[in-house]
Amino acid sequence: MSAPLLETENLSIAFGGVKAVDGVSLKVQPRRIHSIIGPNGAGKTTLFNLISGLYQPSSGRVRLAGEDVTGLPPDALARRGLSRSFQNLQIFFRMSALDNVMVGRHQHEKTSLLSHVFALPSVSRENARSREMAMALLERVGLADLAGKEAGSLSYGALKRLEIARALATEPRILLLDEPAAGCNAIETEEIDRVIQSVAASGIAVLLVEHDMRLVMRISDEILVLERGRTLVSGTPAEVRDDPRVIAAYLGTFGSAEANRA
Amino acid sequence: MARLLSSRWAIVLGLGLVLAALPFLFPSNYYFRVAAIVNIFALAAVGLNLLMGYAGQVSLGHAGFMGLGAYSVAIGATHFGLHGLAAAGIGAVLSGLVAFLVGRPILRLKGHYLAVATLGFGLLIAMALTNEASWTGGPDGMGVPRLEVFGTRLRGPDTWYYISAGVLLLGVMLALNLIESPTGRAMRAIHDSEIASRVAGIDVASYKLKIFVVSAVYASVAGSLMAFLNGHITPDGTAGFLRSVELVTMVVLGGLGSIIGAIAGAAVLVILPQALTIFHDYEHLMLGLMIMASMILLPRGIVPSLLARLRGGKS
Ligand SMILES: Nc1ncnc2c1ncn2[C@@H]1O[C@H](COP(=O)(O)OP(=O)(O)OP(=O)(O)O)[C@@H](O)[C@H]1O
Ligand SMILES: [Mg+2]
Repeated sequence: MSAPLLETENLSIAFGGVKAVDGVSLKVQPRRIHSIIGPNGAGKTTLFNLISGLYQPSSGRVRLAGEDVTGLPPDALARRGLSRSFQNLQIFFRMSALDNVMVGRHQHEKTSLLSHVFALPSVSRENARSREMAMALLERVGLADLAGKEAGSLSYGALKRLEIARALATEPRILLLDEPAAGCNAIETEEIDRVIQSVAASGIAVLLVEHDMRLVMRISDEILVLERGRTLVSGTPAEVRDDPRVIAAYLGTFGSAEANRA
Repeated sequence: MARLLSSRWAIVLGLGLVLAALPFLFPSNYYFRVAAIVNIFALAAVGLNLLMGYAGQVSLGHAGFMGLGAYSVAIGATHFGLHGLAAAGIGAVLSGLVAFLVGRPILRLKGHYLAVATLGFGLLIAMALTNEASWTGGPDGMGVPRLEVFGTRLRGPDTWYYISAGVLLLGVMLALNLIESPTGRAMRAIHDSEIASRVAGIDVASYKLKIFVVSAVYASVAGSLMAFLNGHITPDGTAGFLRSVELVTMVVLGGLGSIIGAIAGAAVLVILPQALTIFHDYEHLMLGLMIMASMILLPRGIVPSLLARLRGGKS
């Protein structure tokens, strides 16, 4: 197996004495879908916030492609190829859907502030290039028809996909998706499923938090079960599904029977 | 692309036509003077709107930069014998530099805290201009030598109307350029979600600082123009707290995030008090009431609300 693209080592953070994430170690490989599941409040989003630089860990390390990136701010991580979506949408509501995705192109836009002020030809070329790539991504997530619409007017399911398109616009090497299918109908979930698999197939490492167990069991290469900030079990979908500790923790909410149906 | 470009040029062209046509309606020099003042405040308001309306950061001390621009011209010419244009250029650079130094610590603050910190900055500049009497003439202010270009003295209000109109037009064009650029998208993104902006690779602090510097340069140039037009400046008239409040009111009244709105806001706030002098004692009361009424009736600002009505939407 190749070297991991993302690696966390004993990552921990506490909020007022409560250890929200407690010594979590994981490795994510390119092309693989690594899922994190666990009950509400288990620390999944907090783990994402630690990895993406929004929170500073109280202990532990984060390594990206071998480089220690612990404590780096999110924009520095974005430049190193890490992007994410948000469970509680973080959308540029007053901008068009297309502009939302174009913002994701930011770090690839190299023209200077002065060239922007004087609208040099290089800027309109760059705008055109970003617009083209953003449009292609909107198409990829099935939102091309809504490109010109103000993001604030889009449905919840559309915004979930808009976040994925914006994250992909940064050209990440690793993509963190926090409950991308939450609140989505069956057709939208299908679309998201397809997008996630194509993202992984294109060589990107995917770290997925998702409550839709059928989706998780179907597409994950590896699953980590988090409970009260700690790793309960980690392994392939089959291993996790049949682990008695997991079944106990979930009181059968996604026991073997249901997962087999999926 | 073509649509954006054409709308950008349509705004500049339309504004240029209006500015060129207005003088035909002016019966006297007094009108030129008031219109020149509108242009000058509009320029500062356009710059402030980039900061407030697009990047979403408030500044209650922006007149401080107007003061720096105005006094650079006056002090540069009086004490150092500099040419007025060179002094105005130095003022713009100085204002940008001050904005850079002050902005770094201040722009980390958010909301009310940022408002209070920028307010403090504005007061500081006004106080410095008042206290350094040997340089600035103190609270009574100082005279500004007339600008001379190619042996011609620029003095009449009509001359300064055309000059300020040209500078405003240029300022509007550059602001529109900025808005339609990667920087413009970053500004608007920061306004809506700083977290998402950072995750999308935007160095939020550095962009806030850049826009703060740009808006300070706009205010500084406006201040320099004001000094040339008036021939005499005072700390309160250029850098005072009320001036800062006026600038913010122009931006909000005209419409946050609307370049034409900033100009409309400046026009209303400059012209209305002139028109209201017939109400003598109640002038300020009337002005205050009108501003309150328009914010209640047109909460998004004059221009965005009217545009929405024209398109048949709700205001
Ligand atoms: N900024 C914060 N300050 C204080 N407590 C926090 C903070 N962020 C998270 N927590 C706490 O950390 C714990 C883990 O929360 P987290 O949001 O990571 O759970 P989760 O696994 O994502 O849950 P869900 O499935 O509901 O999204 C919770 O008890 C939460 O209250
Ligand atoms: Mg969560």
